[in-house]
Amino acid sequence: MLRQIEGSRAVAEAVALCRPEVICAYPITPQTHIVEALGFKVKSGTLRPCEFLNVESEFAAMSVAIGASAAGARTYTATASQGLLYMSEAVYNAAGLGLPIVMTVANRAIGAPINIWNDHSDAMSQRDAGWIQLYAETAQEALDLHLQAFRIAEELSVPVMVCMDGFLLTHAYERAEIPIAEQVDMFLPRYQPRQVLDPAQPASIGAMVGPEAFTEVRYLSHARESRALDLIPDVVAEFGKVFGRDSGGLVRGYHLDDAETVIVALGSVLGTIKDTVDELRADGMRIGVLGVTTFRPFPAQAVCDALAIGRPTKRLVVLERAFATGLGGIVSADLRMALAGDRAAALHPPVMSTVVAGLGGRPITRASLRNMLHDAAAGALEPLSFLDLDKDLVQVQLQAGRAG
Amino acid sequence: MPYQHVTFHQTGSLAVGGRLLTDDQRSVQSGRRRSNSLTLGHRACQGCGEALGARYALDAVQRATGGQTIAVNATGCLEVFSTPFPETSWQLPWLHSLFGNAPAVASGVAAALKAKGRTDIRVVGQGGDGGTVDIGFACLSGMFERNDDVLYICYDNEAYMNTGVQRSGATPPAARTATTEAVGPEPGNRFGQGKNVPLIAMAHEIPYVATATVADLRDLEAKAERAMEFRGARYLHVLVPCPLGWGSAPKDTIEVARLATQSGVFPVFEAEDGEVVGVSPIRHRVGVRDYLRTQRRYAHLFQPDERTDIIDRIQRGADRNIKRFGLLPAGVQEESAS
Amino acid sequence: MNKPFAITLDVGSSRANKTGSWRTERPVYTDRLPPCNNACPAGENIQQWLYQAEDGAEGGYEAAWRQIMADNPLPAVMGRVCYRPCETACNRAQLDEAVGINSVERFLGDEAIKQGWTVPVDATPSGKRVLVVGCGPSGLSAAYHLTRLGHAVTIRDANDRPGGMMRFGIPQYRLPRGVLDAEIERILAMGVTLELKSTVHDGEALLKEFDAVFVAAGAHIGRRAYIPAGDSARILDAVSLLHGVEEDEPPLLGRRVAVYGGGNTAMDAARTARRLGASEAVVVYRRTRDRMPAHDVEVREALDEGVTMRWLSTVARADGGRLLIEKMQLDDAGFPQPTGEFTELAADSLVLALGQNADLSVLEGVSGITFDDGGVQVSPDLMTGHPGIFAGGDMVPGERTVTVAIGHGKKAARSIDAWLRGTSASHQPRHDLAPFGDLNTWYYEDAPVTVRPELEAARRVSTFDEVVGGLDRATALYEARRCLSCGNCFECDNCYGVCPDNAVIKLGPGQRYEIDYAYCKGCGMCVTECPSGAITMEPEET
Repeated sequence: MLRQIEGSRAVAEAVALCRPEVICAYPITPQTHIVEALGFKVKSGTLRPCEFLNVESEFAAMSVAIGASAAGARTYTATASQGLLYMSEAVYNAAGLGLPIVMTVANRAIGAPINIWNDHSDAMSQRDAGWIQLYAETAQEALDLHLQAFRIAEELSVPVMVCMDGFLLTHAYERAEIPIAEQVDMFLPRYQPRQVLDPAQPASIGAMVGPEAFTEVRYLSHARESRALDLIPDVVAEFGKVFGRDSGGLVRGYHLDDAETVIVALGSVLGTIKDTVDELRADGMRIGVLGVTTFRPFPAQAVCDALAIGRPTKRLVVLERAFATGLGGIVSADLRMALAGDRAAALHPPVMSTVVAGLGGRPITRASLRNMLHDAAAGALEPLSFLDLDKDLVQVQLQAGRAG
Repeated sequence: MPYQHVTFHQTGSLAVGGRLLTDDQRSVQSGRRRSNSLTLGHRACQGCGEALGARYALDAVQRATGGQTIAVNATGCLEVFSTPFPETSWQLPWLHSLFGNAPAVASGVAAALKAKGRTDIRVVGQGGDGGTVDIGFACLSGMFERNDDVLYICYDNEAYMNTGVQRSGATPPAARTATTEAVGPEPGNRFGQGKNVPLIAMAHEIPYVATATVADLRDLEAKAERAMEFRGARYLHVLVPCPLGWGSAPKDTIEVARLATQSGVFPVFEAEDGEVVGVSPIRHRVGVRDYLRTQRRYAHLFQPDERTDIIDRIQRGADRNIKRFGLLPAGVQEESAS
Repeated sequence: MNKPFAITLDVGSSRANKTGSWRTERPVYTDRLPPCNNACPAGENIQQWLYQAEDGAEGGYEAAWRQIMADNPLPAVMGRVCYRPCETACNRAQLDEAVGINSVERFLGDEAIKQGWTVPVDATPSGKRVLVVGCGPSGLSAAYHLTRLGHAVTIRDANDRPGGMMRFGIPQYRLPRGVLDAEIERILAMGVTLELKSTVHDGEALLKEFDAVFVAAGAHIGRRAYIPAGDSARILDAVSLLHGVEEDEPPLLGRRVAVYGGGNTAMDAARTARRLGASEAVVVYRRTRDRMPAHDVEVREALDEGVTMRWLSTVARADGGRLLIEKMQLDDAGFPQPTGEFTELAADSLVLALGQNADLSVLEGVSGITFDDGGVQVSPDLMTGHPGIFAGGDMVPGERTVTVAIGHGKKAARSIDAWLRGTSASHQPRHDLAPFGDLNTWYYEDAPVTVRPELEAARRVSTFDEVVGGLDRATALYEARRCLSCGNCFECDNCYGVCPDNAVIKLGPGQRYEIDYAYCKGCGMCVTECPSGAITMEPEET
């Protein structure tokens, strides 16, 4: 059913259709609308059997999710920003224990200074926690990725984080196709846990592992998470069959065939980028877009396959909504690593620039993008730059700092 | 005390078992088929009170639930000595997640069971005093406040033993720990109000709160079993002496716990819906000196010079417990001069 | 379940970790000698029969009685007249009050009589004949044990009724004759030949008739002391008094009776005098109460019955109706010394209770036999200097009580049996004593001793009814269960329960426990928490 719907509500509808058994919630902007909607469904009895727990912190939220998942329940929670950091210890723990929890991260900046608006700093901080990370471009994709997330998580026994840009996706109303329960039930089988707390078959879950086996444990979790790279295309294909929509996946290319310049990005900004690219292409620029939907595990092969490095792609612009202070781009680093193993890239090393944009909710305008991409095409883009940075202001501050 | 005291000589119900008792008068621990929730081969120190307390409590819960129990464990000695890869000593479904989240994880397990309609399976959360009164306290309070169907058991050995005996919020005044050394004019832990989690638990008005020690097995078992008669959040706080951290002889673990109760230092009581409904009266009262002397963590109170001022202060605390909880029935006199 | 590697483990897999290797000391179960057993002159395994009695009516009492009967054939008698060295030794006295062992024994003895329990003789007849001289406690005990060992026993006694001093020395109010008769009859019914009014003279000649002889003729000759006396003075000895009462020919004592002496016999004489109608019965004793050989309970009962005491007094002269009493004082060594201070005491008769001498006539002149201290000299196994002739009871030097006599009877029987078989009596090594300090008394119930009912004093002085009552089933059970089981496991399950390492194996009822040394870390908690001190720590062999 096609509806004009707020992104958060669309996600709540998707989660509800997945028949979660335990949902835990702690309020933090901008994910609150999702759990509010789910809370309403549980309280009103339209979603059952399902336990909805109002916990005292995000740390408790993830902890409750760990317990529920280990007891064999399909478990969901949502968070953002500081909340994700507060639960970070448990985020790692859930992955280490191999519990297929699905969590929405309504991406938001991290303080200080406190900032409630969107960027990717929160999710990026947890990129090595052992979770699969999927980034949604639209509300429809956010909805679809949640359906896929449960499927992927449970098949691999690996938790999945669905990242959607705060406010931009969570609070915006878009037209979205809401699936019907029969379709979801067809797509998403009942949860068969890999391990479960069961008095009939008792086991000890969460043992202490020393140096003699810790490396192997880590290797195996890496291998398990990496299997998502094979699984996700299959899931997307099946999703297409059931729902008649192509949604999700590892990476998505846009006009890559003839692109000399390719802009790489994650999340909702891809929409603006595509619009800008359309304009630039109309102007005759040979430019394309690579959207990374699956950021963890990083789809190195898919990225290389999608890009036509050297034929003709020779320039990569990575637009990042977070960055590693003191270094630069996070996605850029992963991209470099992916290309390091690529023969075409070795023969024709592309010029790569990192553009940090849209931090703390600053709008990424088409105008700014156009200017930046023109610079890029002209070879004038620095390796690391900050879109729309008020250079005068920072210069004054830097000078003042030195003087002080 | 919550159990029917059997006045059956020689030992009545003071000992673990007794050939003269009928099956239903015997403790869970006296049974040859007790579940041994924590079984052979665990790596607890000699004379570990926590290993004992955990087996006592969980076996009783297992009996009460007909073996339908899931345990969630906080990080700590109990977790480390029971489950170093590749061996586990647990014989019931058991989950360890983190140091500070056991109550929340237990809530999650309970929620899952409720959603699945398996409320016949019961959930126990457990941890040491650090994991309970300090780092896990927020999760504990949340679990209480929501009245989740979890029995949480704190095995209180009054410091962070797993990390090398550092002070916790449950460390008693004047006790030496690695972070409250016996130096300076006020040696050992400072005097404060302490974090009395049983009383804080009662303030949540949860259905059941009780304290117990490894020195009174029947009482501990009865409380664990009583706790399982309730739905909702329940709290059991068990004093478990730690020979390593307290500097007591491994053979004296139970004796030390007994002295803690008989001196009034550790009041044993139970409460329902926020009100005290029973206390374990002192049977042979002793002064706090007799208790303190058994432990090297208090050695600085006796040498080189006796710190009468500090000991008296501790005695006043014990006297306050005795008065507050009515631990001294008429007729029980102090056996040794304090 | 496809378990994740290393993170998720199979339950109970820690059994592979044998923590026993940590141990430097190991707990070991022991059996120690309880102080009651150690103190019992009859060699009873008191702790064991109390343990059996704890089971109560469900076969427990009979089993307990049979355990007593292994050592002592006269439990109902013993339960009345024994001076209870076991209770003096009892560790429970340091906790609250000693276990009322004697009262339980009496209950069991009475129960046996009531139920008609008997002891079978199932030994193969040895073909040997043994003569026992004297049908007192020692002789009866020897006859009983010898019979059970397969020997043919004949008892010869000079009196017209069996029992010796139990009959002729202990008044009925302490030992009802029905009880005595029942226990003697039970022994005789096992096939013992009893020849009464049979005085034995030539000990040596008896060995032609019998393969061995046990002489237990007792000490029933009242000791006399020289007391200046007027013609009209009425002086008699306590043995004759008690004997006369038993023969229903009580001597005339008058209204005011003085008893001279401070032993149990003096108390018996004074109390008997009261029952015979004396309005005043005064015990005259040279020393003070705390130096009196009479047992406290006897003194107390005598006082209850209106007997009065004259301490630090000797009888200097006796005349009709009055005695001249000299005041004494104790010297530094505690001996009474005359003061030259005299008073008079009105008394119609004076009963001398100054001790008894053994009747040694049967052994006089027998080759190899020597005498000392008014008794027969015997070896540790009670054989006299003449091979084949053994002696015991009051005839041999030592404490003279019924209990000691019964012990002698058992010991003599074993020695005689060994001698007849050409072997030597085996002596089992004694365990170390179980001290009070090894007990963990926390675990014992607070349980004051059960007081046996006593006949009211007014009725006592007019009749020879038994003064001290017995326990009923409930109180006997209670009393048996006050036993601390010092030094021996009574299966309280403490060790099994308190082991933090689950390293104690419970073997089942009556089988006790075993330490699982593969896992025992040697913490010693089982030792500390064992109520009865039945576990010790021993250094681990390295």
